[in-house]
Amino acid sequence: MNAANYLYVSALLFTIGAVGVVVRRNAIVVFMCVELMLNAANLAFVTFSRINGNLDGQVVAFFTMVVAACEVVVGLAIIVTIYRSRRSASVDDASLLKR
Amino acid sequence: MTLSLTLLMALPLFGAAVLSALPKTNALLAKQVALGTTLVSAAVTIGIAVQFQRDNIDLQFVESHQWIPSFGINYAVGLDGISLVLILMTAVLAPIVVLAGWNESQSGRWSTKTFYILILVLEMMAIGVFAATDVFLFYVFFEAMLVPVYFLIGGYGTGKRSAAAVKFLLYSLFGGLLMLASIIALYVLSGEQGGHTFDTQALSHLHMSSMTQNLLFLGFFIAFAIKAPLWPFHTWLPDAADAATPGTSVLLLGVLDKVGTFGMIRYCLTLFPNATKTFTPTIIVLAVISIIYGAFLAIGQKDIKRLIAFTSISHFGFITLGIFAMTSQGHSGATLYMFNHGFSTAALFLVAGWMSSRRGSSTIADFGGLQRVTPVMAWSFFFAGMSSLALPGLSSFVSEFLVLVGTFTRYPVAAVIATFGIVLAALYILIPVQRALHGPTTPGNENLSDLTLREKIAITPVIAIILFLGFYPSPLLKVINPAATHVISQLGFSDPAPTQLGGK
Amino acid sequence: MLINNGLVYLIALPLAGAAILLLAGRRSDKWGHILATLLSAASFSVGLLQLSQMLARPTGQRAVEQKLFEWISVGTFKVDAGLMLDQLSICFVLLITGVGTLIHIYSISYMSHDHDRRRFFAYLNLFIAAMLLLVLGNSYLNLYVGWEGVGLASYLLIGFWNQKPAYATASKKAFIMNRVGDMGLSFAIMIAFASLGTFSFAGIKEAAPHASTASLTAIGIMLLVAATGKSAQFPLQAWLGDAMAGPTPVSALIHAATMVTAGVYLITRSNFIFDAAPTAQLLVIIVGAITLLFGAVIGTAKDDIKKALAASTMSQIGYMILGAGLGPVGYAFAIMHLLTHGFFKAGMFLGAGSVMHGMDDEVNMRKYGNLRKFMPITFVTFGLGYLAILGVPPFAGFYSKDKIIETAFNAGGIRGLLIGSAALLGAGLTAFYMTRVMILTFTGAPRWDEKAHPHESPILMWLPMAILAIGSVSSGFLLSRGNALVNWLAPLFAEHAEKAEVLKPVVVTSLALLMVVIGVVIAFMKYSRGEVSSVAPEDVSALTKIVRRDLLQDDFNEAVFMRTGQGITNTLVKTDELVIDGLVRGVGSAALGSAGALRKSQTGFVRSYAAWILLGAVVLVAAIWLVTL
Repeated sequence: MNAANYLYVSALLFTIGAVGVVVRRNAIVVFMCVELMLNAANLAFVTFSRINGNLDGQVVAFFTMVVAACEVVVGLAIIVTIYRSRRSASVDDASLLKR
Repeated sequence: MTLSLTLLMALPLFGAAVLSALPKTNALLAKQVALGTTLVSAAVTIGIAVQFQRDNIDLQFVESHQWIPSFGINYAVGLDGISLVLILMTAVLAPIVVLAGWNESQSGRWSTKTFYILILVLEMMAIGVFAATDVFLFYVFFEAMLVPVYFLIGGYGTGKRSAAAVKFLLYSLFGGLLMLASIIALYVLSGEQGGHTFDTQALSHLHMSSMTQNLLFLGFFIAFAIKAPLWPFHTWLPDAADAATPGTSVLLLGVLDKVGTFGMIRYCLTLFPNATKTFTPTIIVLAVISIIYGAFLAIGQKDIKRLIAFTSISHFGFITLGIFAMTSQGHSGATLYMFNHGFSTAALFLVAGWMSSRRGSSTIADFGGLQRVTPVMAWSFFFAGMSSLALPGLSSFVSEFLVLVGTFTRYPVAAVIATFGIVLAALYILIPVQRALHGPTTPGNENLSDLTLREKIAITPVIAIILFLGFYPSPLLKVINPAATHVISQLGFSDPAPTQLGGK
Repeated sequence: MLINNGLVYLIALPLAGAAILLLAGRRSDKWGHILATLLSAASFSVGLLQLSQMLARPTGQRAVEQKLFEWISVGTFKVDAGLMLDQLSICFVLLITGVGTLIHIYSISYMSHDHDRRRFFAYLNLFIAAMLLLVLGNSYLNLYVGWEGVGLASYLLIGFWNQKPAYATASKKAFIMNRVGDMGLSFAIMIAFASLGTFSFAGIKEAAPHASTASLTAIGIMLLVAATGKSAQFPLQAWLGDAMAGPTPVSALIHAATMVTAGVYLITRSNFIFDAAPTAQLLVIIVGAITLLFGAVIGTAKDDIKKALAASTMSQIGYMILGAGLGPVGYAFAIMHLLTHGFFKAGMFLGAGSVMHGMDDEVNMRKYGNLRKFMPITFVTFGLGYLAILGVPPFAGFYSKDKIIETAFNAGGIRGLLIGSAALLGAGLTAFYMTRVMILTFTGAPRWDEKAHPHESPILMWLPMAILAIGSVSSGFLLSRGNALVNWLAPLFAEHAEKAEVLKPVVVTSLALLMVVIGVVIAFMKYSRGEVSSVAPEDVSALTKIVRRDLLQDDFNEAVFMRTGQGITNTLVKTDELVIDGLVRGVGSAALGSAGALRKSQTGFVRSYAAWILLGAVVLVAAIWLVTL
């Protein structure tokens, strides 16, 4: 099977994720979309690893997973805290930085 | 103990350290410590001046230590006649300012202690900026000086003090950044030509294309023109002088602004001889405009402090004119002018400050008939005014006349126009004198008190110096002349010969 | 030149007096006036001593010099604090200290009711010191110090009663107009230094023969500008009338006898420049001629006795300047007229002061009348001064003024005829206005206010008047006996060939006397017959109105210089605020404005930031793709 097909899937996943981040209001969904983008990148890395025949891409993919895990921990904690104080998980409601 | 510039700079810093250890509540002790420190510094400076060999054109009291070796930056200081005179002025003015402004820290946002720490730090930096022989060290002092002044204006001033402080800081920083760019360029150039250095002497031998030289010259010159201030970079000064306390104003106009004109001599002329020649006509024009413009603006002011600020703009025009006239008379006159202007402005500002703090207003129209109410204060103001209009027999006459004569031999038209400034000077001094001191005593002025003993003690040395140097300027001129002649001859100039005697 | 270390005492004594009185303040109220008078007298004694020593030396070695210390030395610009006393300056020294001492004595009584008498004496001493420095300085720069010093003293004394706004303004006006003249002196020194490399009297005298006429003419014209300022000559004459705001002894000493004659001194001292610069010399003559008529015309319409005398001073100095402009032949006569004028005009001013003293400080002559009965001594001394200024033989003015008129005619050609006629006309006008002063003040019916109780002044006041009156009578005769003054001054000036006499001296004298008689007769016809109104009549010709307004000198200055200056000032103040500071503030507000605009893009919505990031990433990738393509 042509390795390029994996890249197309990766690009598609990334686009879905990016659009999701921009258009969705629910913080949890936005978060999941970010995860989708990260994994799209992972898929691309692994594919490149396969194409180039070395392990560099796979190493980076592991790094990304670790970073993503950390991010989930911190990010979810923030979302939960915001939800507790504001009774809403909508990202548009948390626009206090403007002022 | 041998006297050195480092010791001289350490003294005020030490005083500031002692002050910071004192309790905030004891304001009197803070004042006494500050006065003591400045007096000791003044004594040390006089000691240095006595040891200074006036016929030696080399830098003296030289010290050099590595500071940041990887960039070739040194802590390097040294004295020539010009910087000695300016350091002397700074160190003598400092105790006078402390004594004269004994109570001016009371209206401030912070404690008296902080006020004097700022004054002492400023004194140390002012000495440093005149003594530095490393361009980077100079730059550090040049910019760092802004900080204490910023807080002195913003924290202890009157009226729109915050706005004035910010305007002062931003305006000066803008110039400073242009200079920094030039300094970095110099550093890079020096690296290309045999080793990175910031040493002034070494940098003066750099080879540069005329375009590079012109651009770098402008970077320095604009910074100094803002500091001096030269028309049209002057508008921060009246606001700052208006908002600052009288003592701060004295340091601002008397000392800080001199860094601008001093820098023109030490850096613009020495580092960029060819660019200097290119820009001299333009600068002469700006200087002449400053003289006349400052004088007219002073005549039009309603506030006594702003009036004095504008007279200073006129005087700085004279100084710049003298520097760029490229004659020994103009150059020595300009340096002497810097010294004399320090004292005559100090006298004007201190007395004006006493007048306005007593009256609660610095608007000229609020005064009237003070000569009959407070004779000593009125006389002091009148005397300071006479010094400002360069009455012969007072110190400023000698310097102003030297500048005019020195300019006339090379740029007669500029000198002629500048001379009209002396008529305008009579106007801008005599108009406030008449309104504030003469005429019937107007309501609100009947019960003003005359100068206190402390104030009399503060103003006496100023008046004495102005009078003494008016009749006997030789002690200073003998120190200045060799240095001034040296600067000019390095640029390849010599005094024009009398036009009528050569051919016949 | 011989060295004499005593010269400095001439200046130091009165200077010390001024310093002591000013520093001691009220503590010296009791004895200040006596100290000041004694020091002035002591300076006069030193002057006499110097004169006796000078007389003992042979003609060639009369001048002496004293170098005090090196004053300024930069490059070739070298000037010592040096004093020089020669035949010319000794005349001035004796006039200044002699008349000065008399006026000190007079003032003790005249100012006795003034709370600030001590301060007045301090200023007088300061003036004496500055004026002595002016005439003793051995270079133009030393002279300049004295030159502005007397300006300062004059400012302080005109404004002695500066609690009155008009007086304060008068003093300011005097100082500023003088500064315009001082600027001329600055220019003269600058030109001299730039072209000749020196500005000492001796140096320029030596260099002048080698210099071009152009630069000497420039120096000469600038010196003339200086002289017009200090000596109240056209076109810088307007301050003198207002200067009468000062106490009358000041008017007598500074604004009649000494300071205002400094211009004549300057031109005479600079004879070596003017002799070689005919154009400058011609201008001197023109200025002198215009002023002598200008002053005389103004004098005819003044009702204020002091201002009438001031106008007369202006006119008489015009004569001196005219004389000095005539070159070597005229210098000595200018100085002679200066000395005799010093006596008779100071005497008359003191007389006017005495009248005011008795008339409750009234200065309007229309409110005087018949005072000779009440003030006989004042009348006699004033009358002797009157005869002297008219030039009636054998009084002092006859010897000095006639000589100037005669020399003017002898200048030859149309020029001689013009200036001679001007001088003659001036003599007639002088006779008219001085007679008017005499008639209005001392004769006719009394027109006093009720408050006035005319009485003769005390001895301290009339004694100086009497001494000056003796001078008014005898000085002309003494100075011209055997050409005493001319011969005395001759070594200083270039030799001159005797010019052909255009008019015989007898003719000139007769003509002058004829003019005087005409002037006196007209004055008698106008003021002695019939009543003089105690208020100035309003139904007068337009010409009279213009003359009363000082030939519109103030209106002209106000319209041309003051208004323009105010206009420039106001425009510049606005420009500075709006344009220059506006630009600076503009940079600030532009930064703020653009920041405000950019801030709007920061909405605070996470999704919009995400969209921007995405857009940025796409653009970046596209850019990389395009570049690598």
